[in-house]
Amino acid sequence: MDTLVAQLQRQFRDYTISLYHQGFLDDQFTELKKLQDECSPDFVAEVVSLFFEDCEKLIGNMARALDQTGNVDFNLVGSSVHQLKGSSSSVGAKRVKGLCITFKECCDSQNFEGCVRCLQQVDIEYKSLKAKLQDLFNLEQQIVQAGGRIPQVDI
Amino acid sequence: MVCEMETDQIEEMDVEVLSSMWPEDVGSQADNQFNVEKPVGDSDTLKEVDIAEKRTMADLKRLPELMNTTDQGSSQLTNLVRQWEYMQDHAVRLLREELKILTRQREEAEAKELKIIEEHNFETEEPENVPVLDETSHLFRRFRQKKRDELVDSKRVVIDEEFDTVAYWKQKALSLEKMLEASTERERRLIEKLNESLKTMESHSAPVEELTQNLNRAEGFLHFILQNAPIVMGHQDKDLRYLFIYNKFPSLREQDILGKTDVEIFHGGGVKESEDFKREVLEMGKASKREITFETELFGSKTFLIYVEPVYNKAREKIGINYMGMEVTDQVRKREKMAKLREDNAVRKAMESELTKTIHITEETMRAKQMLATMSHEIRSPLSGVVGMAEILSTTKLDKEQRQLLNVMISSGDLVLQLINDILDLSKVESGVMKLEATKFRPREVVKHVLQTAAASLKKDLTLEGNIADEVPILVVGDVLRIRQILTNLISNAIKFTHQGKVGIKLKVVSEPSFATDKEQNETSVWICCDVYDTGIGIPENALPCLFKKYMQASADHARKYGGTGLGLAICKQLVELMGGQLTVTSQVNSGSTFTFVLPYKVATSDDHSDDQDEFSDMVDHHQPEPDDTTEGHFQFKPLLGSIYSNGGPVISSNSFLPHKAMLTTTPLKLNNGFVATPSNNTGQSETVQVENGGYMDESRQNCPESGNQYVNGNGRCSSKESESCSSSQASSEGGGVLEMESELTVSSLREEEKTETELKETSKQPKILLVEDNKINIMVAKSMMKQLGYTMDIANNGVEAINAVKDTSYDLVLMDVCMPVMDGLKATRLIRSYEESGNWEAAIEAGVDIKTSENDQAFVRSTDRLPIVAMTANTLAESSEECYVNGMDSFISKPVTLQKLKECLQQYLQ
Repeated sequence: MDTLVAQLQRQFRDYTISLYHQGFLDDQFTELKKLQDECSPDFVAEVVSLFFEDCEKLIGNMARALDQTGNVDFNLVGSSVHQLKGSSSSVGAKRVKGLCITFKECCDSQNFEGCVRCLQQVDIEYKSLKAKLQDLFNLEQQIVQAGGRIPQVDI
Repeated sequence: MVCEMETDQIEEMDVEVLSSMWPEDVGSQADNQFNVEKPVGDSDTLKEVDIAEKRTMADLKRLPELMNTTDQGSSQLTNLVRQWEYMQDHAVRLLREELKILTRQREEAEAKELKIIEEHNFETEEPENVPVLDETSHLFRRFRQKKRDELVDSKRVVIDEEFDTVAYWKQKALSLEKMLEASTERERRLIEKLNESLKTMESHSAPVEELTQNLNRAEGFLHFILQNAPIVMGHQDKDLRYLFIYNKFPSLREQDILGKTDVEIFHGGGVKESEDFKREVLEMGKASKREITFETELFGSKTFLIYVEPVYNKAREKIGINYMGMEVTDQVRKREKMAKLREDNAVRKAMESELTKTIHITEETMRAKQMLATMSHEIRSPLSGVVGMAEILSTTKLDKEQRQLLNVMISSGDLVLQLINDILDLSKVESGVMKLEATKFRPREVVKHVLQTAAASLKKDLTLEGNIADEVPILVVGDVLRIRQILTNLISNAIKFTHQGKVGIKLKVVSEPSFATDKEQNETSVWICCDVYDTGIGIPENALPCLFKKYMQASADHARKYGGTGLGLAICKQLVELMGGQLTVTSQVNSGSTFTFVLPYKVATSDDHSDDQDEFSDMVDHHQPEPDDTTEGHFQFKPLLGSIYSNGGPVISSNSFLPHKAMLTTTPLKLNNGFVATPSNNTGQSETVQVENGGYMDESRQNCPESGNQYVNGNGRCSSKESESCSSSQASSEGGGVLEMESELTVSSLREEEKTETELKETSKQPKILLVEDNKINIMVAKSMMKQLGYTMDIANNGVEAINAVKDTSYDLVLMDVCMPVMDGLKATRLIRSYEESGNWEAAIEAGVDIKTSENDQAFVRSTDRLPIVAMTANTLAESSEECYVNGMDSFISKPVTLQKLKECLQQYLQ
């Protein structure tokens, strides 16, 4: 049992570190972790799921806006990108945030092709982050179920 | 021969058309000015000179004289004579040759005759040998003699023949006689010819005619060459009086020139120079050339190239000069124009390259500054964390050594923070990003608060005093933050370098200074001169020039001894200049310095509410009659570590957290002192007893646990600690400017609360915070952070909601997102500030905000306070932060918001 917990804990630690190293997450995610305490044990998960909902909605908005061939409202897309940038920045979704910066530039220069490309990448990126975080939460759950404590991961 | 000619024809030289050297109208107007005085003696010679419009004048008396006395003159004559002599020699030689031929012919004839005589020798008794003479003169004589003899002889022969063969001899004699006759005839002719030739020789002997011809030719040549040339020629004697002149200025008559010097004839520029030049040549004895520009009334400005040569007589004595001047005005002008063009070109080129260099340097500098600003900003955030943490650490239980180390750490950190703030300020001013705000403020209060703040951290026995002249308006408009920053800087500088005596601020109204650019000044503006004086170490005169330079202090020794960044004065100067004023300094070593700055202010009408109201007014205990310090012009402060002065002045408020008492020296009214008024019976706080800081702190903590006194405890505890916390909190302010004093002081009290008197936090009123943010996730994160920090907050989703929230609730702090839908944070902040200034929401209503009027608006009017608004921006660049300040925000947090940033912000703005 202990070995399982230890294994899971190590796995969790390695996985977390890899997420940081691969640039999926940044320090802001650590900040979120700090905010999670007994009063709000699922704070990170709540925020992150809210973030992904937001992503889905915003990407849908942007896709619709960009679908208006020849009549794209770049301001509309831009404001969505701004929202997404703010959100991703707040949860520490580093890659998404980075893409949003490029995306915003494309919007400002009214670069349709660039916008479409960015949108696709953002879509891929947020989905892969979602999957990774899902894995991470699963690991957490497993640790908790195995009676272990979720380790503090110092980056 | 000297002639004077008119040259009023247009002549061609090079390609351009030259106008006459002399003005044309002068020449044609009066003919009698050109005295056509044909020389009497030489009149016929002149006819041969073929010159149109010849106007000749000769100084006949002087010229031959000159010719005879000068080398040049005699050499010409000598030449002519030599030529003539040569021609005569030639004629003689020709004659001689002819004579020789004749002589030979005669000899032949004689020889023949002799032969004939020899043939008849037997008949005649004549001597056989007739001497043949070489000498012509003898020859003639002898020849004649002989001829006569022969005639006689031949007769006799004829007679003899008659006895012999008469016929033959007759015949012979006849033919001989004929030959003789022919010979005689020839001889006679020759003699005639010779005589004739001698006669002609005599007639040719006078050379005058030939000489005259030659002279005429020379003169003609000269006239031909010179008739149109812009040349003046002359001869002057050794007193430089003109003996003759050629081509003089037409309006001058002969008698105007001859016998006079240049100076006597002409007046104006260049005349003296030319005369001096001629004299020089005369003395030196060497011909020389010079260009002289004349500026005379007679012919205006003309430049002449003058050639002067000395003239000697036969005894090699100088007798005068020859002078030739060619007018080169146009050429000189052209040359000068060319030179000027070339020079201009060179200058322009130099300037261009200089400019490119400057532009390059400026660009580089700007980039470097921008870089520095960005870097400084980036450094500041973590550093303020370090300092903040160190300060928190300093309140924990530490042993003496640890505390000492920590104090060094904190003060070093503070210094670095101060330096960074200074750099940021400087680069803001220099890059022109810094914008000035026009706010109403009371100069007296500003002076008082600056002095109070300084007194709060005073560790020396100095008297701080303020003196404001009566004529200084109660309320003026200016950038109070910057003015306060300047004053604080100058005062802290003064205190730093003053060990005893006093430091003070003096304000007076002055007339508009000369450096003022009076464009936007109108009658409502007033110039106030502010002196910040001290009785300190003073500044040596040689250090004054670099005093306002960046990173400079009066000397390296001072820098070591007193520390500091060396940026303070540079910032002051730049700020003053930015506001259109001037900062100067006078100083005397060992007796003190006075920094003076003069600034223009607009005069505000005092019935308006200033948005820079006395920060302490909200602290005023309303049971106390508020002293009318708005018109009070004299303040004096003593350091806290000395005896606590409570007598002699009114107190602003009975429960003021001020660590010291303001002593208004002119007001005799005695009021309660904050410390004395507390319920504590601590004798240590008595106004007459000197209190040791540490003891004071402990005692006050023991004796004043009530919440009403928390500030007293917090602030009054330790003046030395206070100075550090003051400066550090000031340094950590995001704005980089000078903070309001209350916040500086309250930070330390807040800290005090946090660690040692946590229970007090519960009793103190929960501060009201408004978060204006549209992003749900951001809201969630921020809310959670706030919760962890122990605060709750209200949420507004955009600027309009924020305004409505601010209208209805009295908040202590607003965290404002910049980029939001409906209304962004900048605009919302502007509108809130406008409300604070005007007391109404008209600007917001105008901007289209639907203000829900509440029944009791008065209840929420809080125009006396400036609501702290902290921007939350995703952009950390200086530009964006600048925009926040411009729009009235007090500070900003860069996104994403972290716990630490939020904590610092709350520490800074919440009491």
